[in-house]
Amino acid sequence: MIEGKIVKISGPVVVAEGMKGAKMYEVIKVGDTQLIGEIIGLEEDLATMQVYEETAGLKIGEKVIATGRPLSVKLGPGLIKNIYDGVQRPLRVMKDEQGSFILRGVSVKELPEKSWEFVPRVKAGAAVEPGMVLGTVKESEVVEHRILVPPNVSGDLKHIVLKGTYDIEDDIATVKTADGDVGLKMYHAWPVREPRPYAKKHPSTIPLITGQRVLDTFFPIAKGGTAGIPGGFGTGKTVTQHQLAKWADAEIVVYVGCGERGNEMTQVLKEFPELLDPRTGKPITERTVLIANTSNMPVAAREASIYTGVTIAEYFRDMGYNVALMADSTSRWAEALREISGRLEEMPGEAGFPAYLASKLSGFYERSGRVDTLANDTGSLSIIGAVSPPGGDFSEPVTQNTLRVVKVFWALDKKLKDQRHFPSINWLTSYSLYLDEIEDWWKDNVSEKWKMRRDEAMSILQEENELQEIVQLIGPDALPERQRVTLLCAQMIREDFLQQNAFHDVDSFCSENKQVVMLKSILDFYDTALKLIDSGVSVAEIRDMPTVQKIGRLKYVSEKELESYIKGLTDEMYDEYDRLARSYAG
Amino acid sequence: MSDVQKEYSSIREVSGPIIIVDGVEGVGYSEVVEVTLPDGTKRRGQVLEVDRDVAVIQVFEGTSGTTTEGTSVRFTGHTLKLPVSEDMLGRVFNGMGEPIDDGPDIIPDKEMDINGLPINPSAREYPREFIQTGLSAIDGMNTLVRGQKLPIFSGSGLPHNEIAAQITRQTKVLTGEEFGIVFVAMGITYGEANFFTENFRKSGALEKVVMFLNLADDPAIERIITPRVALTAAEYLAFEKDMHLLVILTDMTNYCEALREISAAREEVPGRRGYPGYMYTDLASIYERAGRIEDREGSITQMPILTMPDDDMNHPIPDLSGYITEGQIIVSRELNRKNIYPPIDVSPSLSRLMKDGIGEGLTREDHDGLQNQLFGAYAKGKEMRDLVAVVGEDALSDLDKQYLHFAEEFESNFIRQKRDEDRSIEETLDLGWKMLGMLPEGELKRIDQEYIEKYYPKEQSE
Repeated sequence: MIEGKIVKISGPVVVAEGMKGAKMYEVIKVGDTQLIGEIIGLEEDLATMQVYEETAGLKIGEKVIATGRPLSVKLGPGLIKNIYDGVQRPLRVMKDEQGSFILRGVSVKELPEKSWEFVPRVKAGAAVEPGMVLGTVKESEVVEHRILVPPNVSGDLKHIVLKGTYDIEDDIATVKTADGDVGLKMYHAWPVREPRPYAKKHPSTIPLITGQRVLDTFFPIAKGGTAGIPGGFGTGKTVTQHQLAKWADAEIVVYVGCGERGNEMTQVLKEFPELLDPRTGKPITERTVLIANTSNMPVAAREASIYTGVTIAEYFRDMGYNVALMADSTSRWAEALREISGRLEEMPGEAGFPAYLASKLSGFYERSGRVDTLANDTGSLSIIGAVSPPGGDFSEPVTQNTLRVVKVFWALDKKLKDQRHFPSINWLTSYSLYLDEIEDWWKDNVSEKWKMRRDEAMSILQEENELQEIVQLIGPDALPERQRVTLLCAQMIREDFLQQNAFHDVDSFCSENKQVVMLKSILDFYDTALKLIDSGVSVAEIRDMPTVQKIGRLKYVSEKELESYIKGLTDEMYDEYDRLARSYAG
Repeated sequence: MSDVQKEYSSIREVSGPIIIVDGVEGVGYSEVVEVTLPDGTKRRGQVLEVDRDVAVIQVFEGTSGTTTEGTSVRFTGHTLKLPVSEDMLGRVFNGMGEPIDDGPDIIPDKEMDINGLPINPSAREYPREFIQTGLSAIDGMNTLVRGQKLPIFSGSGLPHNEIAAQITRQTKVLTGEEFGIVFVAMGITYGEANFFTENFRKSGALEKVVMFLNLADDPAIERIITPRVALTAAEYLAFEKDMHLLVILTDMTNYCEALREISAAREEVPGRRGYPGYMYTDLASIYERAGRIEDREGSITQMPILTMPDDDMNHPIPDLSGYITEGQIIVSRELNRKNIYPPIDVSPSLSRLMKDGIGEGLTREDHDGLQNQLFGAYAKGKEMRDLVAVVGEDALSDLDKQYLHFAEEFESNFIRQKRDEDRSIEETLDLGWKMLGMLPEGELKRIDQEYIEKYYPKEQSE
């Protein structure tokens, strides 16, 4: 065992001497209180460490002990419904053991010490491949936890237990490997900074349905895709992330609260158990893993929290699940990098961030993807990162480097927020590079005309933007009637389609089908209105059509009543059309 | 920890608020040091960094009079602690937490580390209880709840102190429990501090106030620890003595200036506008000490005041604060010029925790729809105001004129109130309905029909 002595302390950065032979990224017990740290630099016999706990009181000369293993997470049953800090310490267990405040030098088991009912899937004698499913455990009401062979183990299955209840620490199988027999438990450890292996990556052709109209219809993300949400404070990053965590059609959600508010995590803890997944009918907590390293928790653990989250997410992907990871906020993570880098007196890059910010960010987002797992199943990991640009200025390095890697950009806009247009995602600056890739999925599963309608709605909004410039100068009355109809319909798209109330029972989630129906109604109305204009009807009369009001209420119509409501709406629209058109024809 | 406290006189360098000592042994990070000047004056400091036998120390009371020879430094072996007791109520302390009124010594119940400990997120209770400040602009439009951190973003020369004082005088929860107040002054003038003291005295609240004063002529570096000292006292009273506390921190801008001064003296890589890159984390370690905890009676509600340099909300201080706090109350120069008190601009103001703190059983069933409609109507009215500037009032339709009129009335009747006017939430909401009465019923699209029928004024006042 390598043992050294502390020679320097500066905030979360500690340097020890006598560390020859220690490895980069090895976990270290630091000082008499055994704080957890990780080596981030080596020079001769000096090791530089970042410490995941508060270092106040640590003294020069105290000893440090190298553990010989890299910073890892324990992957096995008990992850779901759990809430961890940035280095996978279960916060509820810590609360039970030490009370409401987080103390230092705490050592707690990552996975709950309990027994699980294990159902084997393979028989003794089978060839064992990395990532193979040994058996299953019913972890929560909706999650079947597949017990995987660790990616670095292969050989012959010498023994496997029968179906039954086993403790998390029991060996459930023995594998004869080239290096001798290896006992396997229901869990294994994996280093967080090392992406878990898979067989093959695929293009992302299936959308991740989020139930949010502006996302699914206008700027969709694919399963296995990446998205960035930058926005100044108060523009709704966290609400959007929460909406995704609640409604996205992923089988597993990993939510990383990285350097954000404590009360936001509390809100998740209180609110999620009461919300039902529209697809399974079960509480959404049954599929959720939470990582909470709030802004006042140690900054180095904040740096680690992103990796802890993504490794857990990859693990579920390897079971063949569609996993979605939300990271709120990657800017706080980047700031943690900056703080550590500053303490190391590295040469700063733009805005003081280290020069390796870009490669760290892309390394993180590259862990997403739709893959063939080692066990020949398909799984996906979608990553959605919030970005908190200082002053809401998107030209800053974290936003820019994020945009370079992600394929979907949801631009939160302060102006829209001030108008209380929520979600305040700007439709003119946002984009999605998945539109073409997922078009076939919409065609096959929901509607032939999804892309066509989406493009038409976009062009109406773009035209509105151009017309608005004229209106600013000369007032709306000066525009030709046809263009005023365009303005009316653009307003309907904005208010009746894009705006969505996250806090309304019905409107919070909008199915693919309902999205299609809603947009179709608005566009049909647009066609009808243009025809009326041609037959001499005025914009004022069109605006007063009861259909306008009815379309406005569509978002609050539940899925059950949708069909009959739409029928009523369509009938009424054509009746109105006939009446108005006739009155002018005559 | 050794019992022998060593004293060193090997000072190598003095630079701004920082001294560097050579040849030290066994020094702890963040440890408190006592600096003795040649004339016998004692000052306190804290270890910022140790590198083998060299310690970097920040001295809270400043380094004037410090010499490289003749000054000695003693390491105390512990981090900064505050003696706490219930007797702190009604007392006045300096920025280091030492009593400066003429009262008796505080007999401590215990000593607490001033840096506190992070609240375990799973132990937090979500804030929900409505706090009535008696100001319609806050209660009606940007509701404060117990355990929230809601800053006042203001500017030089604006009446943020009056607003804060009025809030501290009037604040109550509907369940009847009263608030204790922890008042934290950082770098404000004697006059400003006196204004608050007089206010507390007049309202008879003095025995429920704990004051920590670091005034403009007190050492700037002391400001780094003043809020931490005060919040330690608040945590003790809230989480061990079951009190509900409102903590007023003024002025956070001065705190951040002190942070920048230390950072510059340490020659750190500066972030935006010279503020250190870790300012977000540092501010979070103050703001996040607000909250409620499961199974504990008390709560800490924070109302930090900060003056935005040049009224710029994108300045790093308000910007980083806004990312941590749960909303912001914005004091507007424009409304102040129109002689509206309190000049709170409700549109860019926000209370993130409002949604869960209002409604039936908390305030009133119609509150959410009402505030939403008032926001919408006020925004529309202001839009009309801009339009009038371009095309003149005659070009407006009758409805547009009604909105224009609404915005005026909303500002001068709903927002504006007297400095001693304490409106109940019922009064605020009823007043809101009276305002909406100026608009046709058909315009109220954001309120449920049943509330319109119940509350919309039947006879048009116009």
